[in-house]
Amino acid sequence: MVLGNYKEAVSARATDKKIMEVAQDGGIVSALLIHAIESGVIEGAVVAQDPADDWAPVPTVATTADEILAAAGTKYSMSPTVFGIKEAVRQFGLEKIGVVATPCQTQGIRKVQAYPFSTRFIGDKIKLVLGIYCMENFPMASLDTFSEAMMDTDLKDVDKMDIGKGKFMIQTGGEEKGIGLKKTHGYEQAGCNICTDYVCEFSDLSTGSVGSPDGWSTVLTRTGAGVDLFKSAVDAGLIETKPMDEVKPGLPLLKKLAKGKKEKNAAEREKRVKMGIPIPTLY
Amino acid sequence: MFSKLKKALGGSDEKPKAVDQESVVITEKRENAEPAPAGSKKPRVGYIHLSGCTGDGMSLTENYDILDVVLTDMIDIVYGQTLVDLWEMPEMDLCLIEGSACLQDEHSIKELFEAREKSTLICAFGSCAVNSCFTTYARGGQQAQPKHESFVPISQLIKVDLALPGCPVGPEMIRKTIVALVEGDMTYLQPAMDIASCATACGCDLLTNIIRNGRCTGCGTCALSCQTRAINMIQGRPHKNDARCIKCGSCITMCPRNWLPEEQIKKDIGL
Repeated sequence: MVLGNYKEAVSARATDKKIMEVAQDGGIVSALLIHAIESGVIEGAVVAQDPADDWAPVPTVATTADEILAAAGTKYSMSPTVFGIKEAVRQFGLEKIGVVATPCQTQGIRKVQAYPFSTRFIGDKIKLVLGIYCMENFPMASLDTFSEAMMDTDLKDVDKMDIGKGKFMIQTGGEEKGIGLKKTHGYEQAGCNICTDYVCEFSDLSTGSVGSPDGWSTVLTRTGAGVDLFKSAVDAGLIETKPMDEVKPGLPLLKKLAKGKKEKNAAEREKRVKMGIPIPTLY
Repeated sequence: MFSKLKKALGGSDEKPKAVDQESVVITEKRENAEPAPAGSKKPRVGYIHLSGCTGDGMSLTENYDILDVVLTDMIDIVYGQTLVDLWEMPEMDLCLIEGSACLQDEHSIKELFEAREKSTLICAFGSCAVNSCFTTYARGGQQAQPKHESFVPISQLIKVDLALPGCPVGPEMIRKTIVALVEGDMTYLQPAMDIASCATACGCDLLTNIIRNGRCTGCGTCALSCQTRAINMIQGRPHKNDARCIKCGSCITMCPRNWLPEEQIKKDIGL
């Protein structure tokens, strides 16, 4: 299945205005993390924050709603989030941990749980993996190029970054600027080119903007933990939903992008194998 | 005992049957816990300690909640210097070998070769046995055996069937491996079998094998796995601190871009 195994697909957004003010799209990740902490499902979460306000993400352990909100919004560069889990376990002493993770980070997390060769008593404490859709990720120098060289804006002055509708967009001082995604091609990290997972197939629940209208997110619930948490948040009135077939552009677009990533990067894998370059061994 | 494993090691193409997740197995075992009858067919397991710090053996005992089940219902420990009062090495189904082999220690070498003869399976238990780990840095000239200076991975001297790197190897990994062995879960054991002959893994592999081959995404799993905190993530890539790296190979073993157990992951999370 091109979207991985999932239980339910819905379009959703957070009802809390405080969340929607800082949210990337529908505020689903923030709303679910805050709800998970307040209902005791987790004690804290590892999130990607940019403490220097320079778009460079740093894994951060958040244990309160305010800390979750401080880290809201997508940063389009690499965060060693899996490493952050160690801090949550060893320094914060958390027993129940949530993580916001891209597909590659989720693979690392699940591998730690399945084959804990050297990760003593860490994997069992990860209770919730909220996955985010991810096409590719950029080194900081690439973000710098987009912002400063292509859009004539100091990275520090960028208020929001977004990818959608075929564009890489920034908001700066109330103004919106964008470049076509064709221009960003070739600036992503090479490791992304062999990844065939767009919708974070191994997460408990994954979400992203694609498929839903502006200000809403598409949510795929996958595991029991993901289904339960989402239902509980909807029941508590923290998240409102719409059926996927009632929104535009809907699931077909999500499927198209997921399939596109799989095909393109499977071809890249084949190409590398032909050159004698090792690719990840799959078991 | 271990017939499926024997077949697989002998090159059989018979597909292993999938078994339930280990936690389920353990729960069942606990519920049905009965004293094993004398002369039972439980796997006969030996434990040999060569040059290492005993950390891996201690890690085994950290499985407090299932240790009694493992030791009474699942396996028979038939050989081990501090565990069994026995001079002659008996026949074994599985022998866990902890520590690297000191080439200047006749007794270690003799015991290692004898274990290979007497045990169906040899498991390199912990990184010292797998790739010599920090004993790589030994240079001799120390009391009480100044001549003891070369400590090699055991796979350099004998054929190893299964490798469990880690310094020490994690308690849960030992538990999962023992359960998989007892259940004949070949699918689960395959990665550990595939790295059994690899005796060189260390922090350098992140650079030479992963980053240099365009595989790294900066997820941070290597840094999480590093038990000496020798890895810093700088600009989305692991940077190894040579002064801290003990060459245990945990980072490269855990890297999801080195190998990824997709099927096991799906089974574990119920997808």
